[in-house]
Amino acid sequence: MTNAQLEIQLIAALVAVACAIPGVFLVLRKMAMISDAISHSILVGIVVGFFITQDLNSPLLILLAAVTGVVTVILVEFIQKTGLVKEDTAIGLVFPALFSIGVILIAKHANDVHLDIDAVLLGELAFAPFDHLIVGDTDIGPKSLWVIGTILVINLTLLILFFKELKLSTFDKGLAATLGFSPLLLHYGLMTVSSVTIVGAFDAVGAVLVVALIIAPPATAYLLTDDLKKMLLLSCFFGIFAAISGYWVANALDASIAGSMTTMLGVVFLLVYLFAPKQGVFSVFYKERQQRIEVSLLVFLLHLQNHQEKEERHVNHLQEHINWEKVKAKTVLELATKNNLIHISENIVSLTEKGQEFTDEALKYITTNKETAIEELKDRFFLFRG
Amino acid sequence: MREEPYAIKIDDLTVAYNYKPVLWDIDLVIPEGVLMAIVGPNGAGKSTLIKSILGIVKPIAGSVQVFGKPYKKQVDKVAYVPQKGSVDWDFPTIALDVVMMGTYGSLGWIKRPGQKEKKQALEALEKVGMLEFRDRQISQLSGGQQQRIFLARALVQNASIYLMDEPFQGVDATTEKAIINILKELRKAGKTLIVVHHDLQTVPEYFDWVTFLNVKGIASGPVKDIFNDDNLTKTYGINYKVAVNK
Repeated sequence: MTNAQLEIQLIAALVAVACAIPGVFLVLRKMAMISDAISHSILVGIVVGFFITQDLNSPLLILLAAVTGVVTVILVEFIQKTGLVKEDTAIGLVFPALFSIGVILIAKHANDVHLDIDAVLLGELAFAPFDHLIVGDTDIGPKSLWVIGTILVINLTLLILFFKELKLSTFDKGLAATLGFSPLLLHYGLMTVSSVTIVGAFDAVGAVLVVALIIAPPATAYLLTDDLKKMLLLSCFFGIFAAISGYWVANALDASIAGSMTTMLGVVFLLVYLFAPKQGVFSVFYKERQQRIEVSLLVFLLHLQNHQEKEERHVNHLQEHINWEKVKAKTVLELATKNNLIHISENIVSLTEKGQEFTDEALKYITTNKETAIEELKDRFFLFRG
Repeated sequence: MREEPYAIKIDDLTVAYNYKPVLWDIDLVIPEGVLMAIVGPNGAGKSTLIKSILGIVKPIAGSVQVFGKPYKKQVDKVAYVPQKGSVDWDFPTIALDVVMMGTYGSLGWIKRPGQKEKKQALEALEKVGMLEFRDRQISQLSGGQQQRIFLARALVQNASIYLMDEPFQGVDATTEKAIINILKELRKAGKTLIVVHHDLQTVPEYFDWVTFLNVKGIASGPVKDIFNDDNLTKTYGINYKVAVNK
């Protein structure tokens, strides 16, 4: 691995972590799309900042761009508060307008400078190693690394200091307000941090892809955990993983780095979405099927308990009277036999002692409807868990 | 004339959303140590009244005093139990953590909750009968259990005044009994409880003080004196007959 390769991956990983931190809170506040708005409208800030400073490396540029981000949020909220349009519409109204002003300004006045639309949309991570920061006579590494590194340190510090406040105001704005933690202050704090982060990441991954880095890792982590701290850690992990694996995919395909990183974010989300142990598509499908069979089993056992007549307890009766298709009847019978809940002699089904007990307990659960009862029931008569 | 000690005093309070008044010229004195129901039809401004006491909603006129001072100076004396539906229960956290949020007010900015706060939260969970669910993800709790978690969170605030927005909404009879018993215990300990309530039948059984509200204040006082068909009719507009057990 060359030095340049290492630098690119390091920058990408730092960008991913810096984005994941505000991203988690934006996703939980159902404000993910505001990052899309910010990431586009900051272009105006960058261009105007460039006109003022005439220097693409000026920190003032970042500051002005971040201010534009916050202004975007304020504009969106202002339009929304009139009650005439909904939030998503307000977002859609604000950022294209600001973005297009930026595009026109670049075309009119900045054609000859190094600020082009391609880079704005997709970033220029591959060039990051060519732009080193020189202090005095010493080369202290790529400029992007310093920019995003600083932003990351700020984000981490703020997160650690205000974790409690962010959690509270995200979960329950009303309580936050009554306890004296101004939700408004925290809201605009988060918006400022998001704007600064997006501006910093903008250089590396561009306006469109930064949105993926903010939204995809938290969305993926949300499928895997019930714990906010773990959600933050997992988001960082997924971000870093996509950044580094994306770099190597780009390397292999000789394609856009930012594009490959985002593709990897998508791939990771898809995999988790399908295979997550609790909330994944397959797991939910499997659990629902299990549940259906367990309920059918209960119905069947209750039927046996209710009827002493032989014709009601004949194996074929399952299909004829309870009206179940063959496969289902067979699955239920097998499950009951396997768990020693029934025994079958001469095609007549009877409840065993254990079956009797189970049915009684289940009945109690159904009538008292106590949530704890079923958990205990599951522990004692592990139907599928055996 | 000597003034009775009061918990909350509201003078000429008017709240409006755009041009429509939601609360109109409310004068209300809530004595210390009462268990009070706020009753009134939908849109009467019951939740708004609570929110304006807490300063979440800004009034266009009037003032609210909590033990003689504005709410902002008495934040630690007031606990608020919002409507269950006001938060997203899919938020990634557990029951214990939500209860601990009640301690954040006394902690202030930046400082983290520690063992002391955890102990308080566990005690509150025990009081509401939810100790065994302390590690349960909050979306996995039933509606009644979520309501109890909210109540426990208010308990750890260890306030003098409790404001509750429909704590009995969507809970089963057992939970309702459990909650009202805790409220009665709190009153015995000298706390003031203000509860937005919908079920008129249970008012005489649960509460000792009642405020009738329908945008304007209709009446406020001891349940045994003023909970009658006359006030109910004034509040709900229709000729109201409630079986009040006397």
